[in-house]
Amino acid sequence: MAQFAFFPHTSADVEAMLQKIGVQKLEDLYSDVPAEFLKKGAYALPDALSEQEIRDYFTALEQMNAHLKVFVGQGAYDHYTPSVIPYLTQRSEFLTAYTPYQCEISQGTLRYIFEYQSMICALTGLDIANASLYDGPTAAAEAMKMAIACTRKKTRVLLSRTLLPQVVKVVETYARFHGVEIGFIKAQEGETSLEDLQAQLAQDNVAGAIVPSVNRYGIVESHAGFADALHDAKALLIEYCDPSALAVVKTPGEWDADIAIGDGQPLGLPLCYGGPYVGFMAVKKDCMRKMPGRIVGQTVDKDGKRVFVLTLQAREQHIKREKATSNICSNESLMALWVTIYLSLMGPQGLREVNRISCDGAHYLYNELLATGKFEEVFPGKPFLKEFVLKSKVAGLPQKLQKAGFFAALETEEGYVSFCVTEKRTKEEIDLLVKTVKEG
Amino acid sequence: MKYYDKLIFELSKEGRCGYSLPANRFPQASELPAGLCRKAPLPLPEVSEPDVVRHYNNLSQMNFGVDTGFYPLGSCTMKYNPKINEEMAALPGFAALHPLMPKELTQGANKVYEEMEKCLGAITGMARFTLDPCAGAHGELTGLMIMRQYHLSRGDMGRTKVIVPDSAHGTNPASAAVCGLEVVEVKSLENGRVDVEALKPLLDSSVAGMMMTNPNTLGLFETQIKEISALVHGVGGLMYYDGANMNPLMGVVRPGDMGFDIMHLNLHKTFSTPHGGGGPGSGPVGVQAYLADCLPAIKVSGFHGNFGVILRAYAYILSLGKQNLRKVGEYSVLSANYIKECLKDVYKLPIEGVCKHEFVFDGLIDDGAHDDVPGATTLDVAKRLLDYGFHAPTIYFPLLFHQALMIEPTETESKETIDAFIEVMRKIAAEAAQDPMILHDAPHNTPISRPDETTAARNPILKYQDTL
Amino acid sequence: MSKVIEGLKYSESHEWVKVEGNVAFIGVSDFAQKEMGDITYVDMPEEGDDVLAGEEFGALESVKAASDLISPVSGTVVLVNAALEDAPEAINEDAYANWIIKVEMSLPSELDKLMDAAAYKAFIGE
Repeated sequence: MAQFAFFPHTSADVEAMLQKIGVQKLEDLYSDVPAEFLKKGAYALPDALSEQEIRDYFTALEQMNAHLKVFVGQGAYDHYTPSVIPYLTQRSEFLTAYTPYQCEISQGTLRYIFEYQSMICALTGLDIANASLYDGPTAAAEAMKMAIACTRKKTRVLLSRTLLPQVVKVVETYARFHGVEIGFIKAQEGETSLEDLQAQLAQDNVAGAIVPSVNRYGIVESHAGFADALHDAKALLIEYCDPSALAVVKTPGEWDADIAIGDGQPLGLPLCYGGPYVGFMAVKKDCMRKMPGRIVGQTVDKDGKRVFVLTLQAREQHIKREKATSNICSNESLMALWVTIYLSLMGPQGLREVNRISCDGAHYLYNELLATGKFEEVFPGKPFLKEFVLKSKVAGLPQKLQKAGFFAALETEEGYVSFCVTEKRTKEEIDLLVKTVKEG
Repeated sequence: MKYYDKLIFELSKEGRCGYSLPANRFPQASELPAGLCRKAPLPLPEVSEPDVVRHYNNLSQMNFGVDTGFYPLGSCTMKYNPKINEEMAALPGFAALHPLMPKELTQGANKVYEEMEKCLGAITGMARFTLDPCAGAHGELTGLMIMRQYHLSRGDMGRTKVIVPDSAHGTNPASAAVCGLEVVEVKSLENGRVDVEALKPLLDSSVAGMMMTNPNTLGLFETQIKEISALVHGVGGLMYYDGANMNPLMGVVRPGDMGFDIMHLNLHKTFSTPHGGGGPGSGPVGVQAYLADCLPAIKVSGFHGNFGVILRAYAYILSLGKQNLRKVGEYSVLSANYIKECLKDVYKLPIEGVCKHEFVFDGLIDDGAHDDVPGATTLDVAKRLLDYGFHAPTIYFPLLFHQALMIEPTETESKETIDAFIEVMRKIAAEAAQDPMILHDAPHNTPISRPDETTAARNPILKYQDTL
Repeated sequence: MSKVIEGLKYSESHEWVKVEGNVAFIGVSDFAQKEMGDITYVDMPEEGDDVLAGEEFGALESVKAASDLISPVSGTVVLVNAALEDAPEAINEDAYANWIIKVEMSLPSELDKLMDAAAYKAFIGE
């Protein structure tokens, strides 16, 4: 058989190695496997492709996906990715390393995770961040478990009806198997209702509530009174945040939240059909020992140099096994690097500027759409940044927009249409979208 | 490797910027109400683009990856990550695809999922897969949820226990606990395999299932797997296959044929996607046909799993094709056995016989201990390997041995690389026998050495702001 | 050689008990702290919590390990040694001078099941 590019073994190598082992042929290495389990016959797989064939095939697949201008958010935002990021994250020393177990040869990974943790704390205004989790929804599920672990003996976690549906679904799945009861806080005029939260806290088994900072309608929520109500009931306030928006909206720290979670995707990660993204989590200091996930800390080495290590590992599964704070044993390290480089490039000013342009563009679109007379406001006067919902009177609106090259007007479960504008959307694109609506 | 001491925050200077944004051509929207605005300062660095590029380049040079050198980290399957896969996953039709686009607009992505499910099914013998989970531990959790879902859907409410061998990955019991299952440990025999006699008394109608890694974490094939499956099935439990050690079975044995009902795979191990310093990974879960109905009720990630990782793994499978699949398994086993045979006269091999893709030594035969000088430990050997330009094996796992040193070479290393590793391992053994102090102080040639982890845990400094 | 102090009661999981009337001070033995190595954190219950003989009430953590603390007696925690929160190393320095919790016992007869110093010395093989 011809050599294959990923396998360095020549037949002479194989021969020599078999001889040292003391067996005749490769099959002999499986002599311990009961014969009935050895697969007979060919595997139902395609023929091997050359690199050029792979390229042609994937290019064809890629062409089968629609290439549209994205005017939808709902948890995945089309912000611009500076070219420095893919350039640096493709460096093989970052890309092809494992979890930093051997700190002497992983200071690169450990340092950027420390920077990442610092930046997540800066954004959320909380004390301690972990090295990242899988995505926003799983971060919410971990926060739910954490609320139960922190409050002891309590069994119920409340979710706002204004959270993204995918967050609710994942949290509900985890809750069902973890034995946590889920309750819902009603929405009132598009925001989490403080009144309903207070009513639900009359039951004394609530461990915490997860509420969005900017919600699925795009509304920037006010959480005045939330922390007091929850803390009086010895329950935790957990905020689900868009980290990009945290540059301008009141932070979880300022709302006196105990835990902040969310998806780091809006910080320059490509949409990539939903992943890989990166879940973030930051907590108040007194929740530190209950936090899931890897954590990097600073210390010194034997020569007194400043160095970084994985720390507080006694919380984790390889030590605590079934008593660990979580089963997670990795993070989304490369995506955390992605976020770290993004935030380094943007700085405080760049991030505010991204919000400014997106917000102005979204309001421009909002007003232009209303001016067509084909939409009605759903939540008039409610503050929003880059995302909003309207009631549409145009039949088949999303399909019409798709034909014109836009992914826009995504229907919500109530039948509203949702739009989102990032700094990537130009005035020309918006004008063309509005023109399409007018003509539709 | 050279030591580079900066943090990005320390390069910051007020007024610098590293971004380039379009001019704002929209009328200014009204400001947010003051009560909703951030008032806290935002302590992010202010740095230029060249600062950022140089900083992260410098950081990368304190890292060791598979592309740097041999990485025999047991149970992690650190194989070569093909570069074409990176390029393909970055194609705009994939990278710019919004996850909520309707199916008719994502035909290419749909096909990737369909084909991937077929390929994984062919390789493992499982009928259906969900590609939702983002990592191995995430896959385990999903698989256990399916297990519970199955029992509950049949009104079988009393199955609260899951049996896990004492040699299992630490994630197994942790995943079981997250899933609301009680963990019952079953002991291993002297020969490293599950003790079937010890298993029998644990089995009753409270058992939801049993989790197994096969080959197990000692790299040994569980030869009594048929009997174990039959016993667990006999009391109505399901068999779960932890796919972390799937690599040696590629093209040779299928978990679905060994009596397993549910399994996960680690695409970032067996299917060559880069580990990225700890993620992103992907942990697809496969089930036998009769469990397919349990899949839709379980949603464990926001959208469609780690599509970017799935794409890379799919490209890898197509590169292998049916022609090269078997060589993955065979060569990984060949390399492991070769290293084992070449070193077992200087390192303690607790269990003789053919291994699969990895094996475990229990420390040095002669650790050099004399008078007041303590002998060289597994940690010392691991640290000394760094001096010689190799990544260390997995150490102190599995817990069955005190000085466990777990070596997994994978199929993508040449005989020359492996021979060089063997030579260094022998040299280290000789050093230990002669003067263990050389090893106690190792590593000597890395940017840093032996950090004070106790202080790190006692007085945690977890962000830059804490250092000011 | 680990230190064992006369006049204390010891459990098989290496906790010691010092009895004052109906109150028990509970700590870990010198043998246990040596086994753990550098202790980095002591996970303690809250005052007012109930503990049960033979059940865990907290844990000791080191960099690479965690070990459950098992209560030798049943009762209510009346005080935890808050000084250990910031200085867990005190247990390494003197395991007997640093109790972890103070328990109002509900069943003092449980003390009879514990070992005295001589029996504990034999138990740890010293």
